[in-house]
Amino acid sequence: MSIETLNLIEVLINGLMSGVMYALVALGFVLIFKSSGIFNYAQGVMALFAAMTLVGLQTGQVPFAHLLNAVTGMHVTHFGWNMPSGLAILLTLVVMVGLAFLVERLVLKHLVNQEPIILFMATIGLAFFLEGFGDLMWTAEIKQLDVGLPGGLSEWFEGASMALADPEAGYWGMYVDKLDVTAAVVAALLVISLTLFSQYTRAGRALRAVADDHQAALSVGISLRFIWVMVWSIAGLVALVAGIMWGSKTGVQTSLSLIALKALPVLMLGGFTSIPGAIVGGLIIGAGEKLFEYFVTSDAFHGVTGFNIDATENWFAYVLALLFLVFRPQGLFGDRIIERV
Amino acid sequence: MFYREAGDFKTSYSDDGQTFPIAFDRWRYYAVLAVAFLVIPFVINDYWEKSIIMPFLVWSTVAIGLNILTGYCGQLSLGTGGFMAVGAYASYKLMTAFPELNIFFVVLLSGAITAAVGALFGLPSLRIKGFYLAVATLAAQFFLVWLFNKVPWFYNSSASGQITAPERSVFGILVTGPNAAPWASYLFTLVLVTALAWVARNLTRGKVGRSWMAIRDMDIAAEIIGVNPLATKLSAFAVSSFFIGVGGALFFSVYLGAAEVGEAFGIDKSFLVLFMIIIGGLGSIFGSFAGAAFMVLLPVLLKNVLVGGLGWPTDLAAHIQMVIVGGLIVLFLILEPHGLAQLWRVAKEKLRLWPFPH
Repeated sequence: MSIETLNLIEVLINGLMSGVMYALVALGFVLIFKSSGIFNYAQGVMALFAAMTLVGLQTGQVPFAHLLNAVTGMHVTHFGWNMPSGLAILLTLVVMVGLAFLVERLVLKHLVNQEPIILFMATIGLAFFLEGFGDLMWTAEIKQLDVGLPGGLSEWFEGASMALADPEAGYWGMYVDKLDVTAAVVAALLVISLTLFSQYTRAGRALRAVADDHQAALSVGISLRFIWVMVWSIAGLVALVAGIMWGSKTGVQTSLSLIALKALPVLMLGGFTSIPGAIVGGLIIGAGEKLFEYFVTSDAFHGVTGFNIDATENWFAYVLALLFLVFRPQGLFGDRIIERV
Repeated sequence: MFYREAGDFKTSYSDDGQTFPIAFDRWRYYAVLAVAFLVIPFVINDYWEKSIIMPFLVWSTVAIGLNILTGYCGQLSLGTGGFMAVGAYASYKLMTAFPELNIFFVVLLSGAITAAVGALFGLPSLRIKGFYLAVATLAAQFFLVWLFNKVPWFYNSSASGQITAPERSVFGILVTGPNAAPWASYLFTLVLVTALAWVARNLTRGKVGRSWMAIRDMDIAAEIIGVNPLATKLSAFAVSSFFIGVGGALFFSVYLGAAEVGEAFGIDKSFLVLFMIIIGGLGSIFGSFAGAAFMVLLPVLLKNVLVGGLGWPTDLAAHIQMVIVGGLIVLFLILEPHGLAQLWRVAKEKLRLWPFPH
C-alpha cells in the first residue's frame, strides 16, 4: 500500500479511537436522559470531579487544603500516604454515589414536573457549582493520573503497519496509543454490561419502565427517587471511567470539563435516547473530524483552493451535527419526535 | 402605602397600558434616568467606569438580547459569545475601513450585521427545538470564534491577532480609545442602552412580542392560531442578535478598547449571559438589568471582601465565586424561576399594601 493510504488509515484509526473517548462521556448523558428526560450538562464536570477525587485520594491530598490554609494560616497539603489505585477507585465510586444522592435530594426532587429546558439550565448551574467545588476541594492545578493503565506507542500496530508498506518507501509505521485501545475495550465492556443490566435485572427493568412513562411506573410501585439516585450513580460510574481515561491521556485539569461540550454533538448525531447511538455518533464524529482536519491541511486541498485552514476540530463536530439535524431532527437512532397540542 | 394608587386615575386606554401605570413608579423611573444622565457623568471616575458601570451597561444590552430570544421566544441559545464577537469584529472592520463613519452608526451597523448572522444561525430553529437547538447554537459559538481567530482578514492581519479600537469621537468628543474621558464613553453607552432598552420594552409589549411569547408558550398551538413560526423565530433571532451585536461592539470599542477573540468572546461569556437572565428573570427587561448588575457586582464584591478584606488568594475567590454562582442558579430555578425581577414585583406588591397584609 502507498504511504498516503496508510496515513489515511492511521488518521482514521486514531479518529475512531478518540471517538470512543467522546462516546464514553456521551454514554453518561444518554443514561440520564433516557431514564429521566433530564439533559445533564454536568456530565463532563462529573468526569472531571471523579478524576480529581481519584487523584486526590490516591496521593493523599488534604481536601479543602487551600481554603483551610487561607482561613487558619496552616500549611497543609498532603496526608503523606499513597492509596492503592483499586481502593481509591472504589472510594471515588462511593463519593460519586453520594453525589448522586445529594443531587437527587437537593436539586431534582424540587424540579419534578418542570420543563426540560429549566432542568437543563439547572444542570448547567450544577456543573458550575461542581467545578468550583472540585477546585476548592482538590485545587485547580494540573495533576497526573496514573492507575496503571498501559500507555504509549503500540509496537504491534507499528510493526504490522510497517509490513504493509513497501520496504523501500521508508514508512515508519502507525502511531496508535495503547491507552486509546484500552479505552475502546473498556467502552465496549461498559456498553455490554449496561445493556445486560437494563435487559436482565429487576432494577434495569424498572429503569426502562421509568424511561417509558414516569406516571405509569410510579403507579405500579416503582420508586422514582430510587431510580433517579441509581441512574445518577451509574452516570457517576461512567463519568469515573471517562475521567480515568481522559485523565490518564491529558492529565487532570479544568479543561477536562469541556469534553462535555464535545459529547453534545455526538449525542445529537446519535440520538439522545440510544446507547448504541452514542457509540456510533462518537465514532462518526471522531473519525469525521480527524479526517476533515487531515483533508483541509493536505496538499490536495491547498492545490485546489490555494490556501489551507486548520484547527477545524473546534467546530467540525457541531456543524456536522447541525447540518445533520436539519434533515433528521431526532438523530440517527433517536425516537421519533411526535408533538400534539 | 409606599405605592399610592388612591387618586391615580386613568382616563384613557393608553394611560392604563403604559409601562409604569403607578405614578410613584413612573416618577422613580424618571428619577433613575435623571441621576444616570445628569449626576453620574459629573461624578464618574476611571475606576467606577471601568470596573462597574460600563460592564453593567454593556452586559445589560447583551442580556436584553438573550432575554428576547430565550426569555420571550423560548429558544435557548449558547451562542451569545460568538454573536458578541460578530458585533465586535464588525465594528472593528467598519471603523478601519470607513474612518469617516461616525461611531454611533458603526455600532448600529455592527448590530445589523450581527442580526443577519444571527438570523442565519436561527434557520435550523424551525426544525430543531429545545436543547437540540441549544447545542446547535454552540456550533455558531465555536465556528465564529474559530473564524475570527483563523482568517486574517477579520483582524486586518495584525501580528498579535488582537483587534484594537482606533480613536473615534461624537460631536468632537472622544468616546473610544485610551484617551477618551470616562464621562464621554459612559454617556455614549448610556444613550444607546437607554434607547435600546426602550425599544426592547415596547417591542415585547406589542404584536411582535406577543407572537414571540405565543411561540414560547406552545409553538404548535401558536402556529394553529395563525402565528407564522418562521417569521417569528427568525425575527426573535435577528432582534436578539442585533442587541447582542451592539453589546459586543460597545464591549470591544468603547469598554475594552482591545480584544482577542478566544479570550474575550469564549463559551464562558455565553454562560455568563445565560446566568444573568436566569438570575435576573426570564422574560423581563428589568430582569436583564438586574441580572447584569448582579453578575457584574458579585465578583467585585467577592474580590473586595475575600481578597481585599480577608487576604485570601485570588484563585480561591474565583472558585468560591463559581460555587456561589452555580448554587444560585439552581436555587433561583427551584425557588424563584422568574428571578430577581419577580422578587422585585413581589416586593412592590407588598409595599402597595403595606402595612396591611391584604
